[in-house]
Amino acid sequence: MKRAPIYGLMAEFDSPTDLVAAAERTRDAGYKRIDAYSPFPVEGLAEAIGFHHDLVPLVTLIGGLCGGIGGYLLQYWINVWSYPVNIGGKPYHSWPAFIVVTFEMTILFGGLSAVFGMLALNGLPMPYHPVFNVPRFAFASKDRFFLIVFSSDPKYDAASTRQFLEGLGPKSISEVPD
Amino acid sequence: MAEPTEPPATQRAPVIEPGHTFGSVTDQISSIVLTRPTSNGWFVGFGIAFLLTMMLLYAAGYLFLKGVGIWGITIPIAWGFAIVNFVWWIGIGHAGTLISAILLLLRQSWRNSINRFAEAMTLFAVACAGMFPIFHLGRPWLAYWLFPYPNTMQYWPQFRSPLVWDVFAVSTYATISAVFWFVGLVPDLGTLRDRSENRVAKIVYGMLAMGWRGSARHWHRYETAYLLLAGLATPLVLSVHTVVSFDFAIGIVPGWHTTIFPPYFVAGAIYSGFAMVLMLAIPIRKIYGLEGFITERHLENSAKVMLATGLIVGYGYMIEGFMGWYSGNRYDAYTIWNRFHGPYAFWYWMLLICNLLIPQVLWIRKLRTSPFWLFLISFDVLVGMWLERFIIVVVSLQRDFLTSSWGMYYPTRWDWAIFIGTIGFFLACMFLFVRLLPMISIFEMRTLLPEAEVKPE
Repeated sequence: MKRAPIYGLMAEFDSPTDLVAAAERTRDAGYKRIDAYSPFPVEGLAEAIGFHHDLVPLVTLIGGLCGGIGGYLLQYWINVWSYPVNIGGKPYHSWPAFIVVTFEMTILFGGLSAVFGMLALNGLPMPYHPVFNVPRFAFASKDRFFLIVFSSDPKYDAASTRQFLEGLGPKSISEVPD
Repeated sequence: MAEPTEPPATQRAPVIEPGHTFGSVTDQISSIVLTRPTSNGWFVGFGIAFLLTMMLLYAAGYLFLKGVGIWGITIPIAWGFAIVNFVWWIGIGHAGTLISAILLLLRQSWRNSINRFAEAMTLFAVACAGMFPIFHLGRPWLAYWLFPYPNTMQYWPQFRSPLVWDVFAVSTYATISAVFWFVGLVPDLGTLRDRSENRVAKIVYGMLAMGWRGSARHWHRYETAYLLLAGLATPLVLSVHTVVSFDFAIGIVPGWHTTIFPPYFVAGAIYSGFAMVLMLAIPIRKIYGLEGFITERHLENSAKVMLATGLIVGYGYMIEGFMGWYSGNRYDAYTIWNRFHGPYAFWYWMLLICNLLIPQVLWIRKLRTSPFWLFLISFDVLVGMWLERFIIVVVSLQRDFLTSSWGMYYPTRWDWAIFIGTIGFFLACMFLFVRLLPMISIFEMRTLLPEAEVKPE
């Protein structure tokens, strides 16, 4: 049987402190394509694996602005152009009355952009992922912390990377089949 | 290892019982869903709630067949129970968003163990609230006419009307509450997927978890999105009841046409919402043995919020009375007089006793930390807040400018059937929720443990 290609090497740790320290040392050793998995958000872990550009705020801002401007223009167009109704002599463009819907549309589109933007940037939903092939990885959603060096990393080498990871003092090391 | 962090030296109960680990938190919360057998009590409770839901279905079916004439509404009181219940339910929902969004922004970590089911409560309460305006439409099957969409009638909604604002406020609130709740669930659904032994459960939780794997990149974006959502939901929750109060305040009916309404409605919403949170939390923590997660501290803090918002509501009543006199407007003055002495005076006095007098016992610390008394006081507040909406809707419409157009309102059995039916629907949803989903946010509970902190080397 042909051996399955390797997706990466995964090391398991006990605590968030160990994981952050290990991730920092792996980065310092020159590995670029790494990731870390934890059962809850760990402070400083994203920085430790070299993740800096979070686009979610920008997506939310754009979504919110589109919602607000779109909501206002919709009301303006309806009340002034498409369906003008004279109510008690009030101006067609009675902007104070349009504020509530403009506000609600800003929130609605901003909120939905934050959620769907986050999911899209994270590449979710993604039912299959190679890391799920590791049996121990089921504990990544309970009380275990994992660090992975992807085989696509230029510095990756089956033997030397394993040796390096062993030097970090992990609980276990597993190969992740692709 | 650095030295363990000491709990702050206060006499207050901790937000999480000492001695828990990542594993024990995970196991205890997920076992309620995954391994523990469903108790007979659950079946009995769900059965009753389900029967009441069927009653709602029956009453709504009859309403669709016959029209709103089966209710007690007449002219001048055309709003009746439907609007009373709408305002009551949507107010209850507000506590969930307050807990999940505002307390998150204020870094109140004690919220972590009650936000999940408070959000679920919001969602189900808004679902109950949303039914009423649609039932009240007269032709409920045309409810989609409320939304602006291009149509062959070449007609558009009237955006100067607070009723249209309300459509936008409530539908935005329902949508944002639903996504906020679901986003919070995703990492825990991943936990359930990994813990579950049952194949069907594994597949269902797996699909809902969308392949969540806890990557550091994902967590980072997730936390940003969650925080932004909280930031957006905070003004939203304050706006929703404000817009609901505009439904009244923009009108010229004496007793409605007042500027105190928005803040006083929002405070009342949070007041009744926390009462509902307590009424749910107290039995749930007892039955499922969650006293280690929902501690006395949570009960006491919720009681304090109730006390504070109750006083704001009391201030609202006072200003209403004061303005009735100070405005010099005889119609406004008569509305106030009518509340105290008119045909519904008994209910106004009951409202004052329920909302103002009885909750003052919460000044006593012993009662704030006693689940039994808190449960009773919360029930009292919910009754009081329902009466408040009844007084606002019915008593104001009952006697306005012309004595020739005065009238009385008598709810029929169909009014009651639909109201009690929504309570059944709400409880049935809560029963299913505690059985099928983690009612406490597992991953947020893990972050509360001292081990979760990254210690400097």
